[in-house]
Amino acid sequence: MTNRRREIVLSDNEAQHELARRTRRGFLMAGLAAVGGFGAYEWITKAQQVDNAPWPQRKVLDLNGRISHAYLSDSHLMPEYPKSKISPIKVNGDIGVSNDFDPGAWRLQVANGAEDATPLLTLSMADIAALPKIEMTTLFCCIEGWSVVQSWAGARFSDFTKKYFPPGQHLPQYVYMATPDEDYYVGLDMKSVLHPQTLLAYERNGQPLEREHGAPLRLIIPVKYGIKNIKRIGLIRYTDDRPDDYWAEEGYDWFAGL
Amino acid sequence: MQKLKLKHLLAIRWFHWINVPLLFLMIWSGILIYWAYPIYSLGPLHFFPKWFYSLFGIEQRLAEGMALHFFFMWLFVVNGIAYVTYTLASGEWRYLVPRSWSAFRDAWHVALHDLRLRKDLPPQDKYNAAQQITYTAIIVMGAGSVLSGLAIYKPAQLSWLAMLFGGYQGARAVHFLLAAGFVMFFVVHIVQVALAGWNNFRSMVIGYDVVGDHD
Repeated sequence: MTNRRREIVLSDNEAQHELARRTRRGFLMAGLAAVGGFGAYEWITKAQQVDNAPWPQRKVLDLNGRISHAYLSDSHLMPEYPKSKISPIKVNGDIGVSNDFDPGAWRLQVANGAEDATPLLTLSMADIAALPKIEMTTLFCCIEGWSVVQSWAGARFSDFTKKYFPPGQHLPQYVYMATPDEDYYVGLDMKSVLHPQTLLAYERNGQPLEREHGAPLRLIIPVKYGIKNIKRIGLIRYTDDRPDDYWAEEGYDWFAGL
Repeated sequence: MQKLKLKHLLAIRWFHWINVPLLFLMIWSGILIYWAYPIYSLGPLHFFPKWFYSLFGIEQRLAEGMALHFFFMWLFVVNGIAYVTYTLASGEWRYLVPRSWSAFRDAWHVALHDLRLRKDLPPQDKYNAAQQITYTAIIVMGAGSVLSGLAIYKPAQLSWLAMLFGGYQGARAVHFLLAAGFVMFFVVHIVQVALAGWNNFRSMVIGYDVVGDHD
């Protein structure tokens, strides 16, 4: 008798025997499967941590990021809205922007290479303002789950990069950005920073950027969660090594793309 | 004579029991994520009250919730697609999908019967009309969860999909509602299984049901 038979006709006695046998075997299998499943869960959740996430989960977060990165194109745009849809934004996060700071003395350092690369350039607001000004009204999505429509103006990061990396020069794979005190820092893939909606922003809703929103210059990258939209940029470093990222070290996805 | 009748195919039993912990983990990690922006309520009933979060230790676990959600989503989706493919290929879908509009009338009779408001039951095959509708709806809901989930996950890359759900926050609301629907399904399902008795429950584990006592 095979296990696949749809019907097994037996005398009452045989039926009870056969049923008992199949019940024993079925529940034994179920028990083994439950133990196996529980063991797999324990491994997935208790394995050694990499940046505050168990490594199997970290691997899958990175894999998800690679898939999203491979699919990302400049035609994937966060929807844009009329200005009438603008709503108030919450101030979330003051890491790297809470200390005393003189916006007038602000300078932007630009470097190319490894962590200790000396800055090649020191730029002022005039250098950023000299690039074409782009204004967009789009959705800003926080990793917490809320989203607000905001209007931003600034220079496209792709225009900025074109100016300082003339065509023909090797373009590194990543960009690292940090606040002047380097208390807050983000790592970004080149495809996302060169996306047409990625701005070095100096205006919010038609007004100069306020201090709590990252004056004088912040990153607006709608294809990433808010955590990547770093305020008060002090350093931009192009690099071929995947840069550190403040929230990725706290267990979040490094890619954090939308 | 007694008959042992194969009711649930081996593959379907596996898909079902694998789905149990996966759906639980998706909802659990979803609640860990939802905690960070818990905006939904039904009148005065807030999802969720503070005691709920502290009782289950849900606070401040957003990163963990996201990592779990985006890990188990793969297994949940693969298992769901495998189940649907298998039911279609094996022909088992014929028992599971309502075949005519009269299923809705029959399902109403089943509901009245189960509420002890009606004695007789409409004729049925392996599953009654209420089961057919529910087990089909739950698959549609699963697909809805995956699609609304994708719309929240990638609202820029899949902006057209988010648009279908009425935007990013619309997709989030649909995703939450469907999760609530799964919880309601689970409660009714457990009650029905308990009422149907041991023989029925056992058949979901071993596959066979005892039928045709003492002809």
